Amino acid sequence: MAHSKTSEPTRRDFLYIATGSVAAVGAAAAVWPLIDQMNPDASVLALSSIEIDLSPIAVGQAVTAKWRGKPIFIRRRTEEEIKAAADTPLEDLPDPEPDSARVKKAEWLVMIGICTHLGCVPKGQGIGDARGDWNGWFCPCHGSHYDTSGRIRKGPAPRNLVVPDYAFVEDTTVKIG
Amino acid sequence: MSGPSTYQPQSGFAKWMERRLPVLGLMHSSFVVFPNPRNLNYWWTFGGILAIFLVIQLVTGIVLAMHYTPHVDFAFNSVEHIMRNVNYGWMLRYLHANGASMFFLAVYIHIFRGLYYGSYKEPREILWILGMIIFLLMMATAFMGYVLPWGQMSFWAATVITNLFTAIPLVGESVTQWLWGGFAVDNPTLNRFYSLHYLLPFAIAGVVMLHIWALHVVGSNNPTGISVKSSQDTLPFHPYFTMKDGFAAVLFLILFAALVFYAPNFLVEPVNYIPADPLVTPPHIVPEWYFLPFYAILRAIPDKLGGVIAMFASIFVLFILPWLDTSKVRSAKYRPLYRQFFWVLVVVCLILGYLGAKPAEGGYIIAARIFTAYYFLHFLVILPVLGLVEKPKERPPSISEAVLAKTKSKGGDAQASAAAQ
Repeated sequence: MAHSKTSEPTRRDFLYIATGSVAAVGAAAAVWPLIDQMNPDASVLALSSIEIDLSPIAVGQAVTAKWRGKPIFIRRRTEEEIKAAADTPLEDLPDPEPDSARVKKAEWLVMIGICTHLGCVPKGQGIGDARGDWNGWFCPCHGSHYDTSGRIRKGPAPRNLVVPDYAFVEDTTVKIG
Repeated sequence: MSGPSTYQPQSGFAKWMERRLPVLGLMHSSFVVFPNPRNLNYWWTFGGILAIFLVIQLVTGIVLAMHYTPHVDFAFNSVEHIMRNVNYGWMLRYLHANGASMFFLAVYIHIFRGLYYGSYKEPREILWILGMIIFLLMMATAFMGYVLPWGQMSFWAATVITNLFTAIPLVGESVTQWLWGGFAVDNPTLNRFYSLHYLLPFAIAGVVMLHIWALHVVGSNNPTGISVKSSQDTLPFHPYFTMKDGFAAVLFLILFAALVFYAPNFLVEPVNYIPADPLVTPPHIVPEWYFLPFYAILRAIPDKLGGVIAMFASIFVLFILPWLDTSKVRSAKYRPLYRQFFWVLVVVCLILGYLGAKPAEGGYIIAARIFTAYYFLHFLVILPVLGLVEKPKERPPSISEAVLAKTKSKGGDAQASAAAQ
């Protein structure tokens, strides 16, 4: 304060600071609900899980399911695809992860089908799709190549395709979520 | 907004009003007698054109909102309903969609005008930064508006752009889910984008007022870049510049009308007439043309976070431009080297735009890297160095002398009229 010549803080200084602090805390408390209302709401958080019957899927075939608004890629891999994934040296991978850590049964690869770059759905599920240089998946948006284990090999994506929480409830039925 | 106030209220009502709220006087000093440099060329008419387009977008947008439904199940059909059933709905929607393109065309011309004539330099730094804030708000508004028809491009544009935020270390994932209101782009996302798309244009209008206020404090720059020295250098805003701006606006609106009535879908990706499908990404995703150079920069960097940083940096670098350019000479007219580098930059931006529309592979990526590097080189290296090494041409002592020298060289008639003045 301009008129105060003493260096000692006065009672008025204390009152100013105390008032200001209460106002700041009050403003923050009032703003929080306005911010938090944008977070996923209760109906979105009430997660459903889905069960998928795998029996109609032949070797080499792939299906796409929808879970939490996202595509789930399920591929019944061929022997060559499993071997190619298992034989890849970890030092060749931008995001090193052995194939065995990404599957519950080597034949079945289950992943969230969303490119870890900017969220496009990679090609490779449909018959005749471009599957990239490693014969897995290829994201056409910005050119990311994934191998037969869904691991990133080339392109701007930083991480491997994400494996969701899932379990085999029966031999040919998988539960996601 | 400051300026000489010579307003004398005439009618009884005007006198009564002026004593209570001097809004008529403000209008008079800002848009009637405001002194503008007399040598402004047609590149200076785009400010007025931009004001017109802000109004066009607001008016058409408000009426479109009376018929649009922001819900994932109804949005696409409600847009088709506007096109087929609503009276003049087809025209209002085409005006709004193409109006956005014309708005960006005008703003890019306006920005490059500022770059050429050094309009960002002392004392117009704040004026320039306010303009850049308007540009950012325009990009956010246009992006969210593009999502509303809920076609395939709408959906995947929303997905790709919101996913930019996942690149933020540690909190990226939660920030993105907060933006989405879920685990993917879905109904909550569409709802909030609609809310914000309605809000932001009014925020733009507010910053535009600050922009004009700042302009009227320091006055317009002009093609010579020399500051106004006397009343000889200026002419009143009305009728000289209202007429000039009006004429340019009419020409620009003819172009707009040609687009709206003869090629309304010229700039639209056909795939956006397919309803959004969260399970299928279209094979080739491209943003609207006005985002293409930034999209090229994003894709040029082989690293996710790096690409996002480079894209935002390409805009941020414009904010600090007044302090990157070390030359005291404003206009490129008197900067022989800068003038050449300016045109190189224009070409580089156009090439980046071209590359942004091409698939992200092979030679296109390599070219995008080279031109992205040049873009930053221009602002971060060339501009600071140029101001130190360049020898500017001799500048005329004042605006009026520059104008008179020009008319003299044109011969007798012009000389006579100049003498009469």
